[in-house]
Amino acid sequence: MKHLSEEQLTMAYYGDSDPDARNHLDECAECRAALARIERLLNEFHEYPAPEPHDGWEAQVWARLQPHLPARKPRRIWFQWYVLAPAMAALLVVAFLAGMWKQKKSDIVLTANARERVLLVAMGDHLDRSEMVMAELVNAAPGETDLSGESARARDLLNENRLLRQTALRTGDVRHAALLDELERVLLDIAHTSPEASAGELQALQRRIESEGLLFRLRIVSSNIHEKGKQL
Amino acid sequence: MEWTDQAAAEEACRGNQQAFRVLVERHSRAVFRLAFRMTGNEQDAEDLVQETFLRAWKQLHRFDGRAAFGSWLYRIAANCSLDLIRAKRSRRETQPAADEANAANWMEAVASADPTPERLTHSSQIAALLPAAMQQLSAAERAAFVLRHYEGRNIEEIAQALGTGTGAAKHSVFRAVQKLRRALEPVWETGK
Repeated sequence: MKHLSEEQLTMAYYGDSDPDARNHLDECAECRAALARIERLLNEFHEYPAPEPHDGWEAQVWARLQPHLPARKPRRIWFQWYVLAPAMAALLVVAFLAGMWKQKKSDIVLTANARERVLLVAMGDHLDRSEMVMAELVNAAPGETDLSGESARARDLLNENRLLRQTALRTGDVRHAALLDELERVLLDIAHTSPEASAGELQALQRRIESEGLLFRLRIVSSNIHEKGKQL
Repeated sequence: MEWTDQAAAEEACRGNQQAFRVLVERHSRAVFRLAFRMTGNEQDAEDLVQETFLRAWKQLHRFDGRAAFGSWLYRIAANCSLDLIRAKRSRRETQPAADEANAANWMEAVASADPTPERLTHSSQIAALLPAAMQQLSAAERAAFVLRHYEGRNIEEIAQALGTGTGAAKHSVFRAVQKLRRALEPVWETGK
């Protein structure tokens, strides 16, 4: 039986585990014991009191803040969501009726949509996991040079990345293919980093990821993909 | 007159500073607690309260009233704290001596935590060592951990605050817990 990872156990502690992990915990005494161990320690962390500001502190905050507040221009009412919402709802109804009118074409569209959706889900998931590896590297402290975990995950992601890039090229999706190509080169570098990287090697990787703005672009593309997936 | 958060925010958006004062006085302690847990420093937390409300005032037109004002403000406070932690960390990277000193202090703190009859209970030891252990986390890990563990925010809210996907937010929480466990479990085990 495959036991839950440390990450899955941590998510279980916070009640964020998926149904499979929950089912596994119901059946596996070993994992329940591991979770209990995490629970005992994390429950100790609840004592982290913040200092309590003195009485009248809020008035001091205001006195310091108020001179720095720039003058505000009045807001234009038609930009507020509750004014725009009825107009948007009317637009949706028109779009729905137009869709009903063109219903005959829907079967073909649905098949294409389903295919695109599968690809988007796979791509979104891949970008999320790549983003995690890179975010971890970028946020690693200078002394933290054990990159064996990141390196192993980058190796796993490489094959998937190649497949997705080739699929994107075949379907004429040049923009995503270019991003995946760029991602592949960085993943390759991470995968080939020695497990005990020097501080210099780590910094070079961090600089590379940051200078190309790759992390930021991954986030944007991933968020757009998730959004598009929901629409489909 | 007792304003709701929503009404006060709408009034403040029209330029009414007294309405904004109501919001400042109502939420500043919660913002302070969050900022302190994120930075571990009282003076930084005080500065972050100012910065958070200043940003909130400038961005009030973006608050559309669908979410609670407190949640919206929290996101701003978390982002301000993250900016400060990152700026401090990047300054520290140019001063390796300071890093070494921090690491040495941390080792010393752990070493001096041996349980003796005179010392505190092991729970108190953990509480005493936790702030130093938190300093070892990256900005994103610390923010994710504080928001999940102390503020009870869900993964979607944390992802929004950090500007990442939910997968990355989950992973930051996990990495934080993993580092804290590695740092504090040995102390805790010997204290049991």
